Amino acid sequence: MFSVKAIPTMPHRPLALLVVVVLAASACSSGSTTPAPVVTQAPVVTTAPGATATVTPTTGPIGGTLTVMGTWSGDEQTSFLAMIQPWVNQTGVQIKYTGTRDINASLNQGIQTGTLPDLAGLPGPGQMAEYQAAGKLIKLNDVIDSATYKANNSSGLVNLGMVGTDIYGVFIKASVKGLIWYNPAVVDVSKGAPKTWDDVKALATADASKAKAAWCVGLESGAASGWPGTDFIEDFVLRTAGPDVYKQWYQGKVKWSDPKIKAAFQDYGDVIKASYGGSNYILSTNFGNGGDGLFTTPPNCLFHHQASFITGFSKFKTGTAGTSYDFFPFPDIDPAYSGAVEGAGDLFGMFHDTPAARSLMAYLVTPAAQSIWVGRGGALSPNKLVVNYPDDIARRSGEILANAKTFVFDASDNMPTAMNAEFWKQILVFVKDPSKIDAVLADLDAVQSSAYGS
Amino acid sequence: MDTRIITALEVVLVVPAVLVGYILATERLISLAHGKWRERIRPWLWLTPAFVLLTAFLIIPTIQTIWYSFHNKDGSQWRGLDNYAWFLNGTGLESLINNVLWVVFLTVGTIVIGLSVAVLADRVRYESLAKSILFMPMAISGVCAAVIWKFMYWYQTPGTTQTGVVNEVITKAGQSPIPFLVDSDYKIATFALIFIMIWMWTGFATVILSASLKSISPELLEAARVDGANEWQVFRKITFPLLSPTIAVVSTTMIITGLKTFDLVYTLTANGSYDTQTIANEMYNQYFSFSQYGRGSAIAVVLLLAIVPVMLFNIRRFQFQEGIR
Repeated sequence: MFSVKAIPTMPHRPLALLVVVVLAASACSSGSTTPAPVVTQAPVVTTAPGATATVTPTTGPIGGTLTVMGTWSGDEQTSFLAMIQPWVNQTGVQIKYTGTRDINASLNQGIQTGTLPDLAGLPGPGQMAEYQAAGKLIKLNDVIDSATYKANNSSGLVNLGMVGTDIYGVFIKASVKGLIWYNPAVVDVSKGAPKTWDDVKALATADASKAKAAWCVGLESGAASGWPGTDFIEDFVLRTAGPDVYKQWYQGKVKWSDPKIKAAFQDYGDVIKASYGGSNYILSTNFGNGGDGLFTTPPNCLFHHQASFITGFSKFKTGTAGTSYDFFPFPDIDPAYSGAVEGAGDLFGMFHDTPAARSLMAYLVTPAAQSIWVGRGGALSPNKLVVNYPDDIARRSGEILANAKTFVFDASDNMPTAMNAEFWKQILVFVKDPSKIDAVLADLDAVQSSAYGS
Repeated sequence: MDTRIITALEVVLVVPAVLVGYILATERLISLAHGKWRERIRPWLWLTPAFVLLTAFLIIPTIQTIWYSFHNKDGSQWRGLDNYAWFLNGTGLESLINNVLWVVFLTVGTIVIGLSVAVLADRVRYESLAKSILFMPMAISGVCAAVIWKFMYWYQTPGTTQTGVVNEVITKAGQSPIPFLVDSDYKIATFALIFIMIWMWTGFATVILSASLKSISPELLEAARVDGANEWQVFRKITFPLLSPTIAVVSTTMIITGLKTFDLVYTLTANGSYDTQTIANEMYNQYFSFSQYGRGSAIAVVLLLAIVPVMLFNIRRFQFQEGIR
């Protein structure tokens, strides 16, 4: 502060003030959500039949500490820690986990300053390549059992973790995006799941009287608010323009104002118009609660569009798979691009080559480790050997992942960070007022022109 | 032993030891010099540690930032004023306007409310209690305050039960609820954030202004009353002028707080959506999220230039006060 001398003496009762200040400070700290470095009580570990929680044979007591950074907090953080608990028990390594939704900034800063965690979740393949180019990521070819890894994981995902012929990132968890969730007690799919987008619209019209609106949408997600909308638009682009345009689009070679991309925004605008609560409600509602309207009486909506991980959130978590909620995959729109699936996953990379880091990395790609999270719900495994899905819904999601004709990674996560952030942001502008579509696309074009170069 | 304990010991023992050692060593050195020179050398030697630290942690980074601001993304190519042009053509202007709103309304809000409470509470018995309650939010971190106000501003669709206190009051008064944190019309979201900051900082203004108020001699006020001045005249002609140096200090603090606003915008309005973008958020995005070091540095320089006049004013006033002492 400036010129402290000019500040006169404190009032005569500083003690009362101090007490109040301390009370307020402590009251606040108890409510804060800073992720403490956690090595919690051993959680209940469920493993796949046949798979045991033992770790790769090379693992013995190692000791020391290992810093891990990821995007997971809350239930996801608990599941991740449960997943590594058997390894912790065996090696005696103390895990210092930090969960942040703003992992881009944390890692970018770490790349500059050299203060990086030992292991970290990487935001996406694009950023992974950047960190590799900066010489910060450790090659994983002989850290993990790469032959087994390549044989057991779907090749689409394996390739996304490679730079050239070398592995730099591995998926320890995956999700299928673009699933449409509904309440079987409300929506009648006895005639079979919709095969086309027009079928979905017809179903919405047929069941219109059963709910207040056709769709439920929730876009709030802290600094990443807007991302659920990017997924929806990506699903439209993938199915109306095809995987090639989809790829050129995230590579910055197709403009946002291109009619194909604009059409996807317009389709999304139609969904927003048919959504419960209006734009203010959509913008104020957290994505995790976005689908809660399926479960109200009377229902607020018929459908909710979200990735497979929504089953780990809110009313989905407390409901019963198959009876209180169910899903059908996002249907085809243009038959030429039938069978395309969009997914995402959590890439993991290694920044420091230490025995503990090598050991944990090797452990994380094993079916034994991944079956722990899968068994707890909310995650799919990229490893084909993991089959202990807790319910039919999770198993069907896993099959979509395994059987996709074309598997594409989340386009926005593949874009440069500046482009991705602008995409999120412009979703919010667009949802607030869909008539601003041209201004929105022009803003996105402006960012595109500078985000891809140097 | 835990490394943190070792670090703590280092900080508590080694740092003072080094400083004391430095002073002893310089005194030894000075004692070797001639009498006349001793008094000339001493201040410079004593200043050296502070100067070295200031150079390493303030002056060099500032020069580096200015250098980066004329270069491209990673500092490899000269770009002249491109980054500044980009700032003024893009979201920069919007963030500048928002920061002006922050500076004006935050400063005026805290000073007006703080001064009113300080003057009025001076006349009641439960003064310290009132001030303590007002001061409480000051002890809360920005993110904690954001969480509190997120619940206060919570929005539900019209016709359903409002779970946010503010909107519950508004609907009870027969109006429709306002989506404070997502409403860009009339910059409602920005003003909702400024209000939180005023809530946080009014206590600070009150406490400092109140302390200054107590240092005004009661005889002065009595004399004015005896001469027939009414209470408003006493305040306007005597109290207010005597408080003005303190008001200047509080204003400076508030102006700087307004200029560097970040946490509330980051946590409550999705890092600057809904027309709430500020300079600090834009800088954070460009520098830390997008690795655009050139643009980020240019924004930092703009922020620096914006603060310079405030600093100069403060330094001059400080020198003036030292002068009359």
